[in-house]
Amino acid sequence: MSERLTGVVVAHSELAASLLAAVSAIAGDDTGLVAVSNTGCDRGALLAGLDAAIGGRPAVVFTDMAGGSCAFTAAALARGRGDVRVVTGVNLAMLVDFAFHRDLPVAEAAQRAVETGRTAVGLVGK
Amino acid sequence: MSLVLYRIDDRLIHGQVVVGWGQRLGIGFIVLVDDGVRANVWEQELYRMGVPPAIDVVFTGVGEAAGRAAEWAADPRKGILLTGDVETMAAVCAALPEVRQVNVGGIHAREGRTERLRYVFLTEAEAARLKALADRGVEVTAQDVPTARPVPVAELL
Repeated sequence: MSERLTGVVVAHSELAASLLAAVSAIAGDDTGLVAVSNTGCDRGALLAGLDAAIGGRPAVVFTDMAGGSCAFTAAALARGRGDVRVVTGVNLAMLVDFAFHRDLPVAEAAQRAVETGRTAVGLVGK
Repeated sequence: MSLVLYRIDDRLIHGQVVVGWGQRLGIGFIVLVDDGVRANVWEQELYRMGVPPAIDVVFTGVGEAAGRAAEWAADPRKGILLTGDVETMAAVCAALPEVRQVNVGGIHAREGRTERLRYVFLTEAEAARLKALADRGVEVTAQDVPTARPVPVAELL
């Protein structure tokens, strides 16, 4: 059996840690998720922190803003690495779903996260 | 309108710049002065992806900045000029005497730097460069986002 995926949430301020706490409250503790904050980091420090969090394992990296330092850093790290995918616009629904689908191939897991996250965004009522 | 903000930010183009300052100032273009990014097409594509289509991004090197200043000054839109470090901004100021204000937006911790503000860490050499700019009449303040208090350079030294 291949190694289960790691998910790394990299985001501004305390967002990543808060999202992970929310995922654990819903899905339990075995989520395979790790939080990284960009607080106090320049590009080099954030790259090093993200690289350490991935730890050479196959991973999906979830970032908050598509145009932020977290997404830029994640994209730079994933460049040329077939076992790392980057998903922007992280939300709780995609993380909870990811926690239960860590046996998928990394590309499939990333695509599933995008679709799950999109489905979760909607307008309630009129 | 031309360039309305000259900012030092080691994260270069990111949320604070595009959303925080960009929306507040209503900018139409960003000039990124960075020799490394200037030479790296892939990085340029990456930074462009993070900027709304209505905002143009100009990638330039330190040596080219002076030659393009008239072009930016004549632009009817508002723009932000961005550098990733104090040294590059000092070079920009030397090449462009019209720069009267410099915004220190984010210089993060690194060996040899000490904390001056939550988002500003400087070596003694960097602090001296900022002081030299101020001594030449450039108003140097630290301010990460538009709603924060502009901190005069004297408080960083």
